Amino acid sequence: MLLQLTSDQELLRETTARFLDETVPPAELRRLRDDPVGFGDAWWKRGAELGWTSLLVSEDDGGGSISGRGLVDLSLIAYEFGRRAAPGPLVASSVVAAALSSAGGPAHAPVLARLVSGDAIATWCFAEPRPNDRLGAIGLEIRRDGGDLVLSGVKRPVEAAVPASHLLVTGRTDDGSSQVLVPADTPGVTIAPMQSVDLTRRFHVVAFDRVRVPVSALVGELGRADAQVERQLQQALVLLAAESVGAMQRGFDMTVGWAFDRYSFGRPLASYQAIKHRFADLKAWLEASHAIADAAAAAVDAGAGSDEAAELASVAKAYVGDAGAEVLHDCVQIHGGIGVTFEHDLHFFLRRLTVDRALCGTPAEHRVRIAGLLERRAEAA
Amino acid sequence: MSAVAMEDLEAFRRRARTFVRANLRPVGSAVMTVRSRVSDEEELAAVARDREVQRMLFDAGLAGVCVPREYGGQGLTAAHQRVLNEEIAGFEFPSRIQVPTFAPCAAVLLEFGTEEQKQRHIPPMLRGEEIWMQFLSEPSGGSDVAGALTSAVRDGDGWVLSGSKVWTTGAWWSDWALCLARTDWDVAKHAGLTVFILPIHQPSIDVHRIEMLNGNREFCQEFLNEVRVPDGDRVGGVNDGWTVGTRWMFHERMSFNSPLVTFPVDAVHGVAGGASTLELARAAGRADDPRVRELIGEARALEVVWRELQHRVGVGIATGAMSSQASAVARVFHCGASMRQTTIAFDVAGAAGGAWTDDDGPLARAGTDFLMRQVSCIGGGTTEMARNVVSERVLGMPRERTLDKDVAFRDVPRSPSAKR
Repeated sequence: MLLQLTSDQELLRETTARFLDETVPPAELRRLRDDPVGFGDAWWKRGAELGWTSLLVSEDDGGGSISGRGLVDLSLIAYEFGRRAAPGPLVASSVVAAALSSAGGPAHAPVLARLVSGDAIATWCFAEPRPNDRLGAIGLEIRRDGGDLVLSGVKRPVEAAVPASHLLVTGRTDDGSSQVLVPADTPGVTIAPMQSVDLTRRFHVVAFDRVRVPVSALVGELGRADAQVERQLQQALVLLAAESVGAMQRGFDMTVGWAFDRYSFGRPLASYQAIKHRFADLKAWLEASHAIADAAAAAVDAGAGSDEAAELASVAKAYVGDAGAEVLHDCVQIHGGIGVTFEHDLHFFLRRLTVDRALCGTPAEHRVRIAGLLERRAEAA
Repeated sequence: MSAVAMEDLEAFRRRARTFVRANLRPVGSAVMTVRSRVSDEEELAAVARDREVQRMLFDAGLAGVCVPREYGGQGLTAAHQRVLNEEIAGFEFPSRIQVPTFAPCAAVLLEFGTEEQKQRHIPPMLRGEEIWMQFLSEPSGGSDVAGALTSAVRDGDGWVLSGSKVWTTGAWWSDWALCLARTDWDVAKHAGLTVFILPIHQPSIDVHRIEMLNGNREFCQEFLNEVRVPDGDRVGGVNDGWTVGTRWMFHERMSFNSPLVTFPVDAVHGVAGGASTLELARAAGRADDPRVRELIGEARALEVVWRELQHRVGVGIATGAMSSQASAVARVFHCGASMRQTTIAFDVAGAAGGAWTDDDGPLARAGTDFLMRQVSCIGGGTTEMARNVVSERVLGMPRERTLDKDVAFRDVPRSPSAKR
């Protein structure tokens, strides 16, 4: 993460780091493995008091950033989450709060206020099952019917659909995409749990069977949500990358420590050149991941939706997804057998990276997206 | 403290922009690679133009941005240099006079040179009148630079140097060299070295050009046959060459990231980026192939990550947040990235990578570029040496065991037949 923080940013980061160390140590993560939700309401509300939920929300809506660059501030929190494989729907809930604040209008103000205070959480229903399981493919239909909107389709994976009070649903209408804020208890909404390698995050399949909501549930205009959806995607990509880098950093640090402490043939592992050279590669990929995650956060913060932000966000997701897996699997390899046991803590970070890599587009999908951006740029030139 | 207020960044930017746009030729994003099959006439004309542009920069007060004013520089900061690098992007720049003339050579002189040496050489460097080379690597070993066999023997008021140096890019058209030589064979390896400066074109130096796999003949080897060097051209103390050498290596690793070097921010050094991969795919008629599109995206991603990593490491070293050895981290990344990008370009070119005609446009170079893939992992210190630096100096892991530490250098084994 950033090499130079302001003192306010450092305070924000440090406060969250301390809070997470105290409240969700590895023993607690192991306990939460069997918890149906994966985090507690009261715990999330304390996080909200530390600023987690307000950084992407305008001051008029009760939020506010630390540095004037809210997404950069939040990426510091996401990084600390990654370093501890912390529970809680930080990415999903933040993206929804940001969307309501920038595109939601007064009708959604009461929900947004509860998100900021930590009394409720919301989640984003974006990705879909086959055959629409490719980045950007949307099959869920949002149809206007008099004063109502009718939603039909299925979303998955949706993070923390339980206990979310509201679902921000991205769908398509005849002439473009639309977004609707749906109370999770609306008739026709069914939520089924999925399984995941992450120990504390819960994902769901959310089905919308002719779900009827008033037109006032729209976030933005009907059929005009493309740019807003792109902004949300870029914010999510930035936060996933920052969190992944946190997980990589922690796994790397643990493994460096292990290499100094573990002796075989009378020498520490860290004295073998075969191992040292592996660490040099890991360090290079780790620093490169820091660099690109920071650059993406700055660019999306400065202009979510711009061509440069789109490119940096996709490069971050593609690069960190690949490099992160290489780094953490190598950490497992260097640990040897203990690295693949549940008893050791290393797997928390591999689990977090693994899920983050798969969400919001695979590295391969983002590489294709980057090619499209380059092509568009070449044609414009 | 200087009584003269330092020029602020915005004023400097305006000045640089005005000069660049009025005087330099636009070139687009320059892709620098080891060029193949350039005629000597073309190369010499390019060198002459580089000298001319360097002189124009000097006259405009844009040469040696971070060099102190008393040596003809501007006495400004790395941030000013960064601004110049931004403003010169897309325009010609004197690429042959940046590395190694300013980094590491000028950097070493500024740090260790005598006042007279600095006065004598730094201003001509800034004016494009002196292009410098590093006489560092030897045929006996590239990575183990402190194992230099070129000897310097005292002779009256001066020294006599004999031996051979290699891998100097463009020594045949360069002027001066910084040379590492052995002055004492009876002490340990690092304790018997001394640094000298010498003019390249003189009767007792033979410069040979080496043909590379791609036909390029810019790399040279020099044979020093009893070259006389006055003691006034010694840099640093006698037998204290490794103190100089350590910083020399540091400045060499800084290379294009050095604040003494002008290098356009968008120029891609030795790496085929996404735009050129897209161009290649179009030339090959494969830009719509989904598999090729993913490769284009991968090449571009590596290019963007490399740019951001350089920036991070630059800031990290400048602020002290990272070890001064952290440029080796960037080096390790760059080696892997450039290997991958070269392979991507070769694969995108298809069969034209193996056999081509003059009508194949950009595809025609994919094969020879692929043959030269490892160049960026060897020149300036191999990836393996950079991995040692990262693991030992950045991560603090135990040093490799060596057999040349506590023994007179003349007794260090140098071949299988050496007696132990």
